[in-house]
Amino acid sequence: MTLPPSLLMAWRNLWRHRRRTWLTASAMIFANALLIFGICLQTGTYQMMIDNGLRLLTGHLQVQAQGYLDDPRMRTTVAQIQPLARQLRDQLHRPAAARAQGFALLSSEQRSFGVQILGVEPAQERHISFLPAQIKRGSYLSEHAQRQLVLGSVAARNLKVGVGDEITLLGSGLDGSFAAAVLTVTGIFETGLNDLDRGLAQMHLADFQSVFSMQGAGHQIVLRSASLADVAALKTAVSQTLNSRPELTTLDWDQLQPELRQAIAADMASSWFMYGVLIILVAFSVMNTQLMAVLERIREFGVMLALGLRPARLSLLVLIETAMLALLGLVFGLLVGGSLAALLSHTGFTFPGMEEYAAQFNMDARIYPRLTFWSVMTGPLVIFTASLLASLYPALRLLGLQPLNAMRSAT
Amino acid sequence: MNGSSALTALVAIGWRNLWRNSRRTLIMLAAISVGVWAMIFMTALIRGMLDDMIHGAVSNFLDHGQIRHQQYADDPSIDNRLPAPGPALASALDRETRHWSQRIRVPAVIASERETTGVQLLAIDPQREAHLSFIAQAVVHGRYLENADDPGIIIGESLADQLETRLGRRIVVMTQGPDNQVADRGFRIVGIYRTALKNREKMWAFISLNTAQQFLGVGDDVTEIGWQLPDYNQAPAVAATLARDAGNADSRAWQDIDKFLNSSLSMMDGFVLVWILIVFTALSFGLVNTLAMAVFERMREFGLMKALGLKPSAIVLLVLAESLSLIALGLALGNALAWVSIRSMAGGIDISAVAQGMEMMGASAVLRPALYTHDLWLANAVVLGLGTLASCLPAWRAARLDPIAALRKS
Repeated sequence: MTLPPSLLMAWRNLWRHRRRTWLTASAMIFANALLIFGICLQTGTYQMMIDNGLRLLTGHLQVQAQGYLDDPRMRTTVAQIQPLARQLRDQLHRPAAARAQGFALLSSEQRSFGVQILGVEPAQERHISFLPAQIKRGSYLSEHAQRQLVLGSVAARNLKVGVGDEITLLGSGLDGSFAAAVLTVTGIFETGLNDLDRGLAQMHLADFQSVFSMQGAGHQIVLRSASLADVAALKTAVSQTLNSRPELTTLDWDQLQPELRQAIAADMASSWFMYGVLIILVAFSVMNTQLMAVLERIREFGVMLALGLRPARLSLLVLIETAMLALLGLVFGLLVGGSLAALLSHTGFTFPGMEEYAAQFNMDARIYPRLTFWSVMTGPLVIFTASLLASLYPALRLLGLQPLNAMRSAT
Repeated sequence: MNGSSALTALVAIGWRNLWRNSRRTLIMLAAISVGVWAMIFMTALIRGMLDDMIHGAVSNFLDHGQIRHQQYADDPSIDNRLPAPGPALASALDRETRHWSQRIRVPAVIASERETTGVQLLAIDPQREAHLSFIAQAVVHGRYLENADDPGIIIGESLADQLETRLGRRIVVMTQGPDNQVADRGFRIVGIYRTALKNREKMWAFISLNTAQQFLGVGDDVTEIGWQLPDYNQAPAVAATLARDAGNADSRAWQDIDKFLNSSLSMMDGFVLVWILIVFTALSFGLVNTLAMAVFERMREFGLMKALGLKPSAIVLLVLAESLSLIALGLALGNALAWVSIRSMAGGIDISAVAQGMEMMGASAVLRPALYTHDLWLANAVVLGLGTLASCLPAWRAARLDPIAALRKS
């Protein structure tokens, strides 16, 4: 195979200084590998944060009454909520579960604590939320309303109750009436999130509606889309279905849990600051190397110009050399960074302090980098581009070169 | 030649050599300065965020340490309460801490005519509490509690909205008494407080300590004694000292109470070191390259020096002098850049666009860089120490030259 002469020339020039070329390529390999690993790690972490954050309770989308999100009041309700949830399921073929939400004082034989209490449709809830699968003792609510209650492990411990024990619930109903009931603890869940394990209980939606005098109303219909990418389309479909109900609004996960996207944005910003510094350092390295490569060949270039080569060709030659150098850095960087990320994406890894940190975001203490085309290629492509830009300075200096001056210049 | 003049000569030669190729030196200098700036600046941002998290948590009733019932952390109920500090403990607290106060902290349910919700009910000694937490400065409508017998309640602005109530109205507080009788009592809202974090406004409701003790029927008992020091790093030692007078109560420093905060601190310590090393590594390739080129260009020179009888060690020193001049200048510029950028942001950077995300991590919406001496030392020591080490490679090559072969080189 024969290369075009300019490519061949560039390639040979690179290897006139083997050590210099490898040192510069090493800087690129190092930065490429770090960026690949870092970006794959971020991609994996964000995915986990979003999945875990949403699959526990929030869901991808919720239908609520206007104003409930900012100000969750008992009487800001969705009327006839179960039929509406059923209608959404039938029309959109996606899981949708109705919920009602209130606050109540739970009293056992020995203790009393206030908890957030959710009325749920147990059969539907399983398709929406991880919580029914987090039952550690007993079982989740049965499909028919039987005055059952599931609650978090810390709440159960604080109330000193176990499966089968009775709990008195006190609160106020939708109309301000006194809401009271005796419920049986059927299951105890443990999510690992202290707020939920300490302060959340669930009961059957039908029980909730009768105890709190809801008259068939609830507060949220929670939907799950096939993937994060499909949320927007599902939101549009839900909004169309709800055209006849102007008092309702459809909210996506970003509106329901803005802190999730913001935590990701803050993390992104600080990561790209660090990546940016690395990229600039690599660019300086390349600029220096290529400047030297140009200066030491000034006489050579003078001869070439005298033989009738246009200065632009010389600049191109320098750019081709840089591109080859950067390609070298890219290929080896991909190998090193890609294999590291690929290896850890299977085994996962953790570091000291990760456990407490992960608990804050309801995550596993092991993090798994995620390899996609873009999570792998973004870093190397940016570094490749930055290297080419950095060599523009030495390359463009050649444009004004005069053959005679160049041949006279001492190296 | 005596030592000091030899050194002066060495530095002078190194300095002069550095500027024989000013363009190359300037590019490398820019790289070192940017690298050093990034090390220090990023570290100061991280430290600032952590300081903010610690300060936020401390003033949000974490204190620097607390004495509580052994079971309270696991089971925060009025059943797990302590007697008021006796004379021994009180004098130990006076001696060892700057400020301390007693509280009752129990989960409670608050009901207005319209809404019911859950809060942490905090019964405080208003005068002493003012030194410990945010509440004394946070009241925006009405007033702060006047004394330990004040019959009123203070709630957050967001909670007042949620309960559809306002200043001067009455609300009912329900919580568990010592014998699992639900204690409930009406309180008049005498103050409304505001904080930067909406969740915090919904979390705490404040009543006075004596009122709570009567309402719950617990005599002089409390659930916690919180204390603070001039320096939060001393907390573990003080907690251990106080444990001696705390009987069978549990005396802990904040590090043992808030594990997340403590692990964030140690995680960031590790991260700072890793970050500094990463930046240095990225720099080192360019540094070694620049020196190798400088050596390569002057092969003949070194050959000549050796032929004239200069020792290899002198040649090593010559190259190192050049490299150290470069590193020192880069460090000076980088430190200056970092200092200027940190000073210019002393007022804090507004990151309210991601306020709720920061709240998840316990940080606030204003980022203030905090420059710590030991971070500054670490960054400078790494660049200077490892930089010298990396320069030894080309220096060694220059010293090992065969003078004859070098002189033959065109």
